[in-house]
Amino acid sequence: MQQFPRRLLTVVTEAVLERELVAELEALGVRGYTITDARGKGSRGRRQSDWAQESNIRVEVVCEPALAERVAGHLRDRYYDHYAMVLFLQDVSVLRPEKF
Amino acid sequence: MPQLDPVIWFFVLGVAAGAARADLRLPGAIYEFVSTVLLLAIGLKGGVELARDTGAMPITELGSILLLGFVLPLPAFAIAYYVGRLARADAASLAAHYGSVSVGTFAVVVSYLATRDIAFEARAPVWVVLLEVPAILAGILLARGLSGDVAWRHLMRELFLGRSIVLLLGGLAIGWLAGPEGSSSIQPLFFDLFKGILALFLLEMGLIAAAQLPTLRHHGLFIVLFGVAVPVAFAIVGAGLGQVLGLSPGGITVLATLAASASYIAAPAAIRTAVPEANPALSLTAALAVTFPFNIVVGIPLYERIAVALAG
Repeated sequence: MQQFPRRLLTVVTEAVLERELVAELEALGVRGYTITDARGKGSRGRRQSDWAQESNIRVEVVCEPALAERVAGHLRDRYYDHYAMVLFLQDVSVLRPEKF
Repeated sequence: MPQLDPVIWFFVLGVAAGAARADLRLPGAIYEFVSTVLLLAIGLKGGVELARDTGAMPITELGSILLLGFVLPLPAFAIAYYVGRLARADAASLAAHYGSVSVGTFAVVVSYLATRDIAFEARAPVWVVLLEVPAILAGILLARGLSGDVAWRHLMRELFLGRSIVLLLGGLAIGWLAGPEGSSSIQPLFFDLFKGILALFLLEMGLIAAAQLPTLRHHGLFIVLFGVAVPVAFAIVGAGLGQVLGLSPGGITVLATLAASASYIAAPAAIRTAVPEANPALSLTAALAVTFPFNIVVGIPLYERIAVALAG
């Protein structure tokens, strides 16, 4: 089975940013993403998922490595200073490269 | 012991359970549902009453309540900035929260007045809508100035299409269109169960308030004093305006309570995106862990006395 290398970008951040984030991802050329509700603990304290004001989301994007870098750089510059945000990149393999 | 509305005990239960870290959590979807029903119920009730008598809102009332929303943040900002010595962004954020209104507090005052058979103006939900947004705009201006890099178009859309405004105005319209007879079919859920739904809402609010308590300890005395003194002062301003506008004692109580209440839904979301450098925990803790409990337990009975004294 032929596999194709892509990058998986995972962003965990404040739910209040969801709409803005989605608009920016699309503007940067991301074709698809998955968003799930999340909770956990980090440097900015414990984040519950049961109340919109304080909940977190996890955004996952699979795309070309160059695009993943661009998105990651943009998010870092735009949000790291003032928002709770963690992001990381991983190598993944996909079967249908035209989708990503 | 004064007669405490049983719904208030649900709030106390939530705070106690949350503080004791009891295994109690309402799923987010339940909170959304319960608050949706409350907002619609309040809107519908007002709409049905409006259909009964066509007491149109005088334009002076509309204008002065809008103005009240813009003006209230100014003293709140001054106190937080000059007395509390908070950073400009934090002071502006507090000002936006305290100038704007809490629909939960509104629901409690509606329930309080209903229990005591005190009538108030049917158009009161419109006051909530009028008071919600101006203070948030004023707070953003206080933080940013006129030239600031705020995405106004996006922000306005978020603010004017916020849940509480859409549901309150939607409920008002439906109640008004359906009238007293037409709305009898939806009476069981929205009117008969109002208190029970409010009790669930307050249980959840208690849990959320308890979750803020560690932050409260961190921010200390100023937030507690601010969270109690500012609402009482604002209630007096609101009651005074209500009297000048010639509202009923019930209406004065509602307007005073609205002026005293602090937003914990619309304001935090808007300020978080428009003034990101403000510490969100500070304003939210003040509004939720200090002012909301103070208003529903001590404040509302006090504001009613002020209203009666003014009207009498």
